[in-house]
Amino acid sequence: MPTEPHETPPKSQLLRSILWAAAFTALAGVAIYSGLEMYLGNGSKNVRYSGEAAIRSEFSLTDHTGQDVTQADYSDRWQMVFFGFTNCPDICPTTLAYMASVIDLLGDDAVKVAPIFITVDPERDTVPVMAEYVSVFHPRLIGLTGTEVQVAEAATNFRTWYERTEDDSAPDGYFMAHGGYVYLMRPDGAFEAVYQEGGQPPEVLAQDILEKL
Amino acid sequence: MIPLAALTMWPMTAQADVTISDGWARASILASRPAAAYLTLRSDEDDQLIGITTPIAGHVTVHGVETDANGVSRMSAIEALKLPSGETVTLAPGGMHLMLMALTEKLEEGTVLPLTLTFASGAKIEISVPVLGPGASGPEKE
Repeated sequence: MPTEPHETPPKSQLLRSILWAAAFTALAGVAIYSGLEMYLGNGSKNVRYSGEAAIRSEFSLTDHTGQDVTQADYSDRWQMVFFGFTNCPDICPTTLAYMASVIDLLGDDAVKVAPIFITVDPERDTVPVMAEYVSVFHPRLIGLTGTEVQVAEAATNFRTWYERTEDDSAPDGYFMAHGGYVYLMRPDGAFEAVYQEGGQPPEVLAQDILEKL
Repeated sequence: MIPLAALTMWPMTAQADVTISDGWARASILASRPAAAYLTLRSDEDDQLIGITTPIAGHVTVHGVETDANGVSRMSAIEALKLPSGETVTLAPGGMHLMLMALTEKLEEGTVLPLTLTFASGAKIEISVPVLGPGASGPEKE
């Protein structure tokens, strides 16, 4: 009887089957994995937060009357928040005056919005300094200061950036570079919108806010 | 109330004929904080604003404001403000401003701020600008 030249003994046949099964499983695994990855990957891209959505009104600071406050103290109102410093002669007064105009334009609904000025220069902008400063712009303007750490935390939560820059031509030899945005936050502290003072006249922003209230 | 007529100018004829208009200042907040002043300049020949003095402030600098792509603004000192011939250069809120530091007293709304401007051409001009509110956005128009 002629022997089949490449007849595989039963043991190797079993081994070969196992190897093929393993290879198949591996391939299938890879296929399933990449499939899931693609599906879930795309899914997670959809829910991944953009920079703006991550902005939250969260802080532990001291207001200009000397009272310690957190965002919870304003949870009954919308918040209009601006970061600046009192040694800033141009952008900060411009923006705070703008916010004051917006508050006035809200009329009776002004009580539903807390206009907040947070200093990025707590070293110089102490409670009495903040008190005098905010009183100039609007009786309802709230000034917040605190320790360097507290201010840094607040800035991080608002995803706003600031930096101390040494400059001989500046008062006390330094000024603060800071973002010029006005943040509109919902009572629960969630981000609603961001504006720049120069982006729209106060009437437009007031109208925007009235529609959201 | 100081009317706009207080914007008096005594241009002294010099090498360059520099016209200054629409000058105004913001009242300062807290005697220790800097004040800002703004104006419009126009020179009939290439010139530069190289110095500003005022009796009420120890130090006056021209500052520019740059806002980068992330919305972060920073000030930068402008040593010599270029005035190209025939070009109108305006200092206004959000852009360039005169920063007055080491004020001898708070700059009060309703008063007048005297400034002496010195130019590279040798021109020297004295002006008085009205001091408006701390949040004023522009010169008062008649």
